[in-house]
Amino acid sequence: MRILVVDDEKDVELLFKQKFRREVKSNKLELVFAFSGQEALDFLGTNDPPKVVYIFSDINMPGMTGLELLDIVKDRYPNIKVSMISAYGDQQNYEKAIQSGAKEFFTKPIDFVSLKKEINSLIN
Amino acid sequence: MASKGYNNIWSDPAEFSFTILPPWWKTRWAYALYILFIGGAIYGFVQYRSRWLKRENRLLEERVNQRTAELKKTIEELETTQGQLIQSEKMASLGELTAGIAHEIQNPMNFINNFSEVSHELLDEMMEEIDKGEMEEAKEISNDIKQNLEKISHHGHRASSIVRGMLEHSRNSSGQKEDIDINVLADEYLRLAYHGLRAKDKSFNAKFETDFDDSIGKIEIIPQDIGRVMLNLINNAFYAVSDRNEKESDESYQPTVKVTTKKLKDQVKITVEDNGSGIPQEIKDKIFQPFFTTKPSGKGTGLGLSLTYDIITQGHGGALELDSEVGKGTVFTIFLPVKE
Repeated sequence: MRILVVDDEKDVELLFKQKFRREVKSNKLELVFAFSGQEALDFLGTNDPPKVVYIFSDINMPGMTGLELLDIVKDRYPNIKVSMISAYGDQQNYEKAIQSGAKEFFTKPIDFVSLKKEINSLIN
Repeated sequence: MASKGYNNIWSDPAEFSFTILPPWWKTRWAYALYILFIGGAIYGFVQYRSRWLKRENRLLEERVNQRTAELKKTIEELETTQGQLIQSEKMASLGELTAGIAHEIQNPMNFINNFSEVSHELLDEMMEEIDKGEMEEAKEISNDIKQNLEKISHHGHRASSIVRGMLEHSRNSSGQKEDIDINVLADEYLRLAYHGLRAKDKSFNAKFETDFDDSIGKIEIIPQDIGRVMLNLINNAFYAVSDRNEKESDESYQPTVKVTTKKLKDQVKITVEDNGSGIPQEIKDKIFQPFFTTKPSGKGTGLGLSLTYDIITQGHGGALELDSEVGKGTVFTIFLPVKE
């Protein structure tokens, strides 16, 4: 299962790789990373249909925001699940995300226990 | 006078005398009276008229005074409103500041927490691998942990540099004004900025030029504050040229930063000029606001230019001007007042 993580903070890559070390090692999970909304769309465009099944995206990024990315992804690839991860857990962002079809809304600091639960439910 | 009767005898002449008097209204006295009367009337009229004019004048003066007072009041009100606007602007930017602080500090804090947690987990996993005799695996994990510790320290420093920047921003400069050769100071910081960036990023390269006016002599400034200003403007200029260099397809593009000084009548002009990407109008409007930054997350605190602005205008009674064209470059011009 391939998951795409979108965040402008590059260290998120290291963190996810370590948190899901075992899952990655046992080939249950493949993690790919993009550091902007545009980079994520470019990556999705390289394979048709994209092999990504789930996107976790930050909201507050320079250039395209996570919410804009969510709309585009839902429009082009309705089968890909998208969850938002945001430092701003306000009601407005939450409602906008859920309305646009986000599956879950995680707040930063990321609660990896619930995130793992979410991902494991897909793996199994 | 004599008379002759039927008898043709003349009577004795009789003498009469009489005077013809003019009517009383044509007498000299009457005329004199007329003149007196007309004169009096004219005098009275003039008196009356001048008194009336004086009164009008006074009224007019009063009205002018009243209007002036009203104008003064209006100006005072405008000044108060302006002060309130500036204050509310400050309060609004304080609100933005709070959000900025929250985000800018929370982000590295999250990494610190996450990386220490994951390191804890990795240590458990490492022990398991050692128990299983998987030494290669254990070594790999230990490298990860080492890397995480570096990350924790990096994000800790990131958070403290934000706090330091905030303190510098809010602090009233405690520095004392000293007589400083601005050319030496500008040159020093230009080199400092250049080598600092070279040390951080080996691929970074740019040309720098100077054009210093030797007639300036020493001027009274707070050296650490003006130093910070120069460092900030020069760093920004280098950032702008390297940003354009990355995007530029034209091979002949030569990233260049130029610093000049010039003595004017009662001020010194300092310019920091780059041929970088330039600043679009919508960013120009916000560029001096605290925490406004276009740099990627973690690269800039957004305090540099707002601090620079405060140092130049409030700290030194000078002016800071921005002139920029997208695709051409940017010039920041500082005017510092100098005593003759």
